[in-house]
Amino acid sequence: MTVTDDVPVDNTARRSGDPLVELVDVQKWYGGLHVLQDINLTVGRGEVVVVIGPSGSGKSTLCRTINRLEPIDSGQILVDGAALPQEGKALARHRADVGMVFQSFNLFAHKTILENVTLGPIKVRKQSKAQAEDRARDLLDRVGVAHQADKYPAQLSGGQQQRVAIARALAMEPKVMLFDEPTSALDPEMIKEVLDVMVDLAERGMTMIVVTHEMGFARTAANRVVFMADGRILETADPHTFFTNPQSDRAKDFLGKILKH
Amino acid sequence: MLDNLDELFKGFGYTLFLFLVSAVASLVLGTVLVAMRVGPIGVLRAVGAIYVSVVRNTPLVLIFIFFHFAAPILGINFRWVQVHVGGFDFTSAFATAFVALSLYTACFVCEALRSGVNAVPMGQAEAARAIGLPFGGVMTQVVLPQAVRASVPPLASALIAMLKNTSVAGVFFLAEALATMRGLTNDYSSERIGIFACFAVGYILLVEIVSMISLGFERRWRIA
Ligand SMILES: Nc1ncnc2c1ncn2[C@@H]1O[C@H](COP(=O)(O)OP(=O)(O)OP(=O)(O)O)[C@@H](O)[C@H]1O
Ligand SMILES: [Mg+2]
Repeated sequence: MTVTDDVPVDNTARRSGDPLVELVDVQKWYGGLHVLQDINLTVGRGEVVVVIGPSGSGKSTLCRTINRLEPIDSGQILVDGAALPQEGKALARHRADVGMVFQSFNLFAHKTILENVTLGPIKVRKQSKAQAEDRARDLLDRVGVAHQADKYPAQLSGGQQQRVAIARALAMEPKVMLFDEPTSALDPEMIKEVLDVMVDLAERGMTMIVVTHEMGFARTAANRVVFMADGRILETADPHTFFTNPQSDRAKDFLGKILKH
Repeated sequence: MLDNLDELFKGFGYTLFLFLVSAVASLVLGTVLVAMRVGPIGVLRAVGAIYVSVVRNTPLVLIFIFFHFAAPILGINFRWVQVHVGGFDFTSAFATAFVALSLYTACFVCEALRSGVNAVPMGQAEAARAIGLPFGGVMTQVVLPQAVRASVPPLASALIAMLKNTSVAGVFFLAEALATMRGLTNDYSSERIGIFACFAVGYILLVEIVSMISLGFERRWRIA
């Protein structure tokens, strides 16, 4: 299955419908800038939600609040029924359950590919080295970079690094995965290899929140598209409806711009 | 001069011992300080910053004077230190020099490491937090190892400055290299130039060794 087929994944069956991530009346300011306004969003277990919107609309901020890389000013965020802890050990434990993939990969530059993937399982999940390495090799194999295990991140292409970053997040066996523009820093020929890994993940039932402008991925793998502008969620719809019949003027305008190119 | 080679070696022996123990202590203390300074706890950040600006801006001689003359009045003294190894006596003069040098150099180690921490991209710490490492793990597993790589040159500078600063201890009753030299130039005033030259070469050799070690680390970590 590749993203270019443009055939929707039939994952309605596996969606159990019980909420895994809930944002309730979330507000956040950066000084005078109201970056997140009245955000209400519920993501069900096994659901894949794509977040799109113009630059500066708050997509990254939304993503980062879910594992509290950014604190919020008011409202509530629940993951698997539990409110986000404030700081310290409990927060660290929470973050271990929420996988995150960054636009700029952020692999640990001084560690090998294998060590990048085993660090969390060994230090946070307290697995033995052998156990963590076994599992890491399986995951690296799954994302297609098994033979690079002993290299350093700088020796890999962007696409390979991003796939390692996905493996690193998966090694923690997260309940939900957050992706913040995972393919925006990649050359066009590498985008597909990363999207293929993500589609595979979606098919296996992972709950995913994905900030991306890749319409192919949204159509293929997403259950829902969330459109953001100026810190607000303006529209939520299934991909087909959203792309063919957007409701708000902002969304029409935005789609007009990106679909032209 | 050649008749007094053993004195020269003994002087540099004290210098070297003092350098080594103070280097270890200031590296440890400097690492603790930098963790405080970049950490999430406001109080510790402030304490770290105040410590560094106060101690760094105080002349080293003043810190020596403090531990020699003021601290004993406050009940802090090192007269209980009595270690004798081979021909070397490690007593209060040595302990005082060790404490003063370590506390002083830790500031420079801290600032060298902090410049290294700032050179580590934000995304590294974020990725480490995102996999669930607590602050200590983020620092020891991800940020500091990379910061150390970036701080090798300034760390070497701080340690070389400390190596030369060990000579201040000579003024405070420790028979390290400089004090030995002063003694010799007094006893053999006609050979002053030769004596100066010998001790200068000794210092240069020690500093070169530190530089070479630092270069070695720089090379080894260049690729990774
Ligand atoms: N740390 C920060 N301090 C102050 N303002 C910030 C900070 N981070 C983001 N902002 C601002 O908040 C707004 C939302 O930023 P955010 O990165 O969430 O947008 P985005 O939708 O992800 O945009 P892009 O598509 O460019 O990535 C922007 O106006 C941005 O300038
Ligand atoms: Mg963004």
